[in-house]
Amino acid sequence: MQPQLKLLDDALVERIISEGFDLLQDPGVKVYSDQGLTLLADAGVDVDFGLRVARIPQSLVEKALETAPSEFALYDGDGSIAVRYGGDHVQFDPGSSAVNILDGETGEHRQPITADYVRYAQLIEMLPAYDAISTAFVCSDVVEQVGDLYRLYLTLLYSKKPVVTGAFRVDTLHLMKDLLVADAGCMDRLAAKPRAVFDVCPSPPLVWSELTCQNLIDLAGYRIPAEVVSMPLAGSTAPVTLVGAVVQHTAECMSGVAVHQLAGPGAPIVWGGAPAITDMRFGSTPMGAIETSMIDAACAQVGKRLNMPTHAYLCASDSKLVDAQAGFESGMSALMGAMAGVNMISGAGMLDFLRAQSLEKLVIDAEIIAMVRRLLRGIRAHEPDLGSTLIRKVGHHGEFLSQKHTRTWFAQEQHIPSGVVDRGSLSGWRDAGSKTTLDRAHDQVRSLLAAYQPRSLPGEVRRTLYDIMERAARQFGMEHLPPLPAG
Amino acid sequence: MSQEVYTQLSMAVIEGDEELAVSLTKQALDEGLNPLEVVNQGLTPGMEVVGDKFSCGEFFLPHLVMAGKAMQSALILLEPALKAGGLSRETLGTVVLGTVAGDIHEIGKSLVGIMLTANGFVVHDLGVDVPVSKFVEKVRETGANLVGLSALLTTTMGVQRRVIEELIEAGLRNNVKVMVGGSPVSAQWAQEIGADGYAEDATGALALARRLVVAGPG
Repeated sequence: MQPQLKLLDDALVERIISEGFDLLQDPGVKVYSDQGLTLLADAGVDVDFGLRVARIPQSLVEKALETAPSEFALYDGDGSIAVRYGGDHVQFDPGSSAVNILDGETGEHRQPITADYVRYAQLIEMLPAYDAISTAFVCSDVVEQVGDLYRLYLTLLYSKKPVVTGAFRVDTLHLMKDLLVADAGCMDRLAAKPRAVFDVCPSPPLVWSELTCQNLIDLAGYRIPAEVVSMPLAGSTAPVTLVGAVVQHTAECMSGVAVHQLAGPGAPIVWGGAPAITDMRFGSTPMGAIETSMIDAACAQVGKRLNMPTHAYLCASDSKLVDAQAGFESGMSALMGAMAGVNMISGAGMLDFLRAQSLEKLVIDAEIIAMVRRLLRGIRAHEPDLGSTLIRKVGHHGEFLSQKHTRTWFAQEQHIPSGVVDRGSLSGWRDAGSKTTLDRAHDQVRSLLAAYQPRSLPGEVRRTLYDIMERAARQFGMEHLPPLPAG
Repeated sequence: MSQEVYTQLSMAVIEGDEELAVSLTKQALDEGLNPLEVVNQGLTPGMEVVGDKFSCGEFFLPHLVMAGKAMQSALILLEPALKAGGLSRETLGTVVLGTVAGDIHEIGKSLVGIMLTANGFVVHDLGVDVPVSKFVEKVRETGANLVGLSALLTTTMGVQRRVIEELIEAGLRNNVKVMVGGSPVSAQWAQEIGADGYAEDATGALALARRLVVAGPG
């Protein structure tokens, strides 16, 4: 039995869905994309082109929820299934789009460059806890216009894992698609075995910008999976009540699914989000707040009720350092997301309200994820009895350590953590240099990077990827791409 | 031919297969192989592999314990043949080990025994609830150069001091090093009662035992 967390009773879920439907008709959604509005109008939706407001009827949303697949897979660079969206599959990827990296050597928050991204991609490749890689941060040594494209380019060069990504512009989405086609070999193969999912974020409350709506339409056309990342901020851009934020999330996701399925019926799309509460002292949006996790768990419950694959932003912290706050916020939120059965949990490695990524935190979060996975495996019955025969055999003064049963089962029953987690004695800890968790994580980053094996990518694919990237960079005034680190 | 048996015996120890280790040892004795060679070329190399794998995190306590058991059972079979041949196996030292009187906590003490055995010590494990006099007798009987005293209760810690006092009284204290362990025990306590050392866990105990035997008696 997979342990499950449900914060809403069935009746409340139905009320949330019902109010979501209501909101799409009144006040409707605001759509800044002409193509989006036309698509909706052509489907018979009441569209006010002047106000750019579409009032989407329940019947259309219901049809969209029906044509949207309830499950789909992402594939790795070898064409094997590596991520399953749908059902109660729980998977993790690092958080995306940080603007800073917490430098593991200096302890400073600074803008990342190419060398940082390469180290990040290599590290994720070495950490099996991550089912997918995300385009985790934006490199400051390329022009802004190709920032999104460049992250994907580097990811494909150094990683085999499925990719959680997103476009910052309408035109770069097509170039990102070209990169994925080059990686897959051809468009048909990419559509049959998608390797990436693209986040598209509506603007709360109930607004689709031209960029995000157009991305949604283009992704549906390419049949590249889309992930609606609705982010109601409870108390500022959404009602302060947790249930109110969930209602808004529901309406925003519904509208995204509606537009997307009109553009490409049956194309894969995810019921995702990065909601948060608003801290009423600082006006910040804490990802590590318990209420943030509660909104996420409730949103996933609604998505599951509608048979949608789910996503959430958890396992992140608002601390500025890899410290106790980073540990407890990431640990608690990852656990809640996993128990809510969220299919893809993004956010690991992140600090400072999703502004910063940290390689050391990624290593520590990998430990959290591994423990959470163990929890999800639950407690299983053993045959022929649950243990009484063995307990009887060992008797009152015996011990279990030397039983064959122990040797047979310990590695399945217990998760054995890496050296990042200290379970030794005080003197052993002293002898090893009295290191903190962060020190040990730093050591681990180094040793994993030293063990990284380059991805074997055919020279022709490598060249095509480079050509696409280089052409785009030139177009925006960059003479040369930053050099890649040796090795 | 003999080399093949030794290799199999090493494998049996590495696998923690007690039955196989015993039957191979019997076979070796039946074939008239030198019992000392059986130890040095069969059992010990196997145990060394287990120790290495444990240190580098590939093996875990259950592997170590089962390998220890396999080796121990084989040694019991070999002991008479060794004696008959006037042979004695090379050891780092002889240890008398036990949980002190009034205390029935076993597992930590047993782990120490296994770690020491696995690393070339001859261990006489007296078990739990061991009377003070029993420690003294065993040290005299075996000529041990190390004594390990385990106590898990604040109420039984004091017995560790009594064992040391009795060893002094019996005139044996200069021949043996005393190490103490158990969750309420500390380095400070060890010093207070005149023990030679304290370790927190089985790996620490092994390091301590090695240090103490190198330092020599006295």
